[in-house]
Amino acid sequence: MILARTPDHSRMENAKSAPAIWTFITADVMAFGMFFVLFMRQRTVDPALFNSASMKLDVRLGVINTLILITSSWLVVLGVERARRRDRAGLLRFWAIAMAVGAGFAVTKCIEYADKFSHGVTMLTNDFFMFYFFLTGIHFLHFLVGMAALGFLWFKARVEPLDGPYLGWLESGGIYWHMVDLLWVMLFPLLYLMGRA
Amino acid sequence: MTAQLLNRATGAWLGLIVATCVSWFSAENHLAGGVTVGMILLIAAIKVRLVFLNFMELRTAPPPWRAIFEVWIVVCTVLIWGFYAYAPR
Repeated sequence: MILARTPDHSRMENAKSAPAIWTFITADVMAFGMFFVLFMRQRTVDPALFNSASMKLDVRLGVINTLILITSSWLVVLGVERARRRDRAGLLRFWAIAMAVGAGFAVTKCIEYADKFSHGVTMLTNDFFMFYFFLTGIHFLHFLVGMAALGFLWFKARVEPLDGPYLGWLESGGIYWHMVDLLWVMLFPLLYLMGRA
Repeated sequence: MTAQLLNRATGAWLGLIVATCVSWFSAENHLAGGVTVGMILLIAAIKVRLVFLNFMELRTAPPPWRAIFEVWIVVCTVLIWGFYAYAPR
């Protein structure tokens, strides 16, 4: 709740950390918005090609990855809520489960990439796959940064006092992780569903 | 406050799961005929809003911050749908 107006002690203390993460989130979300629109603009050139290429993706993997990120994001919220109540054990437990669930995204994505490469499908195959590898690749980098941030924050949370500025760091890490989730929520229909609808 | 947030977050999580399955099922079965893609995009916009408001807690953020992301959702969805509608079938 680092943007909250609620006159809560911890949030007032952490107000200083609000602009940094939100400025970054704004820039990132704007950039991705532009990528989504560029994808759709390119699609107008040859929608039939985009639809048939999209059909080659395994939609079940897309669904699983969506469910993984949504669930991991929710667990991070539960962990932050525990941290606000100074419940260190609760925070560590929920974030550990969140990371374990989140790691599943990497497994699924690697299976998907390996399958595409084994069938000779690469970024150069066609315009759809150029966007597919670019968009999912840049999203995957965000995922890796998010996992590393959660891991680092979890490690330090074992000893850091939860009633000080560290709560702001935990909240910022959580917000970043939710952004990774919400960008995938937009990518999923564009890449996996639109071509088969 | 805490219980309320937890309920909101958990409600949002359940909503996101259901919405994901509904959009998948709709796409596979062309559930809404010619407007299936429009429906899928609308569901995606609602899902993104659920994440912004309930996970990222924009619901309680100062109005200007919330407005930035509410506008982003609308502009993105309209442009995506616009290009979809503009493309030859």
